[in-house]
Amino acid sequence: MLTLQFLTTGILTGGIYALIAVSIVLVYKATRIFNFAVGELLALGGYFCYSLVVWAHFPLWLAIIGAMLMAVIVGALVERLVLRPLLSQPTLTIVMATLALSSLLSGLMLMIWSGYVVTFPRNLLPGKTLIIGDVVMSNELVWAFGIAMVAFAILAYFFNKTKTGLRMRAVSEDHELSMSCGINITLIFAVTWILAVVLGSLSGFLLGNRLGLTPAITPLIALRAFPAVLFGGLESLVGAVVGGLTIGILESLVGGLIDPKYGEITPYIILLLVLIFRPEGLFGLKRIERI
Amino acid sequence: MIQVLRGVSLEVPDGQIISLLGANGAGKSTTLKAVSGLLKAEAGEVTDGEIIFKKERIDQQLAHRIAARGIIQVLEGRRVFQHLTVEENLRVGYLGSGGELMIQKGLEDVYKLFPKLAQMKQRTSGFLSGGEQQMMVIGRALLSDPKLMLLDEPSLGLAPLLIQAIFKIIQQINIEKKTAMLLVEQNALAALEIASYCYVMETGRIVMDGPAEKLKENEDIKEFYLGLSKVGTRKSYKEIKHYKRRKRWLS
Repeated sequence: MLTLQFLTTGILTGGIYALIAVSIVLVYKATRIFNFAVGELLALGGYFCYSLVVWAHFPLWLAIIGAMLMAVIVGALVERLVLRPLLSQPTLTIVMATLALSSLLSGLMLMIWSGYVVTFPRNLLPGKTLIIGDVVMSNELVWAFGIAMVAFAILAYFFNKTKTGLRMRAVSEDHELSMSCGINITLIFAVTWILAVVLGSLSGFLLGNRLGLTPAITPLIALRAFPAVLFGGLESLVGAVVGGLTIGILESLVGGLIDPKYGEITPYIILLLVLIFRPEGLFGLKRIERI
Repeated sequence: MIQVLRGVSLEVPDGQIISLLGANGAGKSTTLKAVSGLLKAEAGEVTDGEIIFKKERIDQQLAHRIAARGIIQVLEGRRVFQHLTVEENLRVGYLGSGGELMIQKGLEDVYKLFPKLAQMKQRTSGFLSGGEQQMMVIGRALLSDPKLMLLDEPSLGLAPLLIQAIFKIIQQINIEKKTAMLLVEQNALAALEIASYCYVMETGRIVMDGPAEKLKENEDIKEFYLGLSKVGTRKSYKEIKHYKRRKRWLS
């Protein structure tokens, strides 16, 4: 019975990891850059939401919309100020720049919100703890999972049905070819970063609401998404979702049934195993090779 | 910095097919990329001279702006978005601001031109055959309703029959839509067949130009590009010296 409980908690937490993983994969697919600042960006989004709720006394829905708008601005700024000047530089340079960005943001957050843990007011999200049979589901987690799934549905629609979404998929395959087809790829990069930061901020709020926010610890939670990303394959959005859920489930099962300490390190053990046995990940794109 | 092209001067009049011939590394593709703006993405630039399209200078403009003006380059080697379906590939080509109706109309035009593509709309394009990919790539360029198409070696790696078919369609597009074309080819015979005027490039400069009919009769072109020497005489290595001397004279 406990197994079922941990499984459920795992799936629900996994939704948040999946959100972070998708944010990483989006940027990687379009630009071949692994964004190491994802943790700080998500913490920043969480703080925006926190400030709007606690300092400005906005109702929650308005605070979330406000935080997402701020995330749009942050995403656009990051792309314009950090990444565009580095366009056509070696990938390693740009990856380093994202590391620099992460230090910068973490300092900035320390200045504005101090190093202490801040917590959202309790019962911010409506509803009560759900009990189905013997399985207990906290309403926060259910909301988090639901919001993550809605976000994925919107993303799937965006990529498959809109012009910009199609162009993003094209750009993620071949930059030069996209340019020759008349696609403005810098614009696509900007849209990509904005989307990624918005998704990150959303997960920042969901995490912060559950665990509180500190500039030092919250970004580290994003590290859990790294194994998820590699598990699913760096280039696959579906893989990122599956990877996120899997990491959530395994972490919760191992942590609950064996020992909480092992739960913490499970994602990284998986990371190692994946890197050794299947470096391209479960859903890594297959190279189409015509003979 | 390496200077690739020097003193290249060519003109594509409205609605005509102009062909650019030359051996490997002559600078044909670079010329096309300079026009389409793709050179900038490779940190290349036009340092001297100007490129004018419809009375406006475009040499400093970005690739997507040049494309929006109606110049579309079809890259060498039939580059497709492998993981997208055929129809998605074609849709990427649409640059207008119109809605779904306009795109559908564009797609129908392309399917009329290439009925084969209509049957494989939903296929992943990476798995198409070479000829099908070449058709799709040309179709993708057509969706943007171009005024000038820059075609980079559309015949590369295709079977002779397919080459014929592709060139026929290029000609058909030119006649029906009045699209001007700048056609880069190594297959000189096929190119001279459909072009009205030809330029010959060697090591970054234009060494010869003239109406296609005239060039077809030119002895040097016949020998170096069409592989024809005087009827009945066998090629012999004795003539290599002569060949080299004349080649030098050409450049």
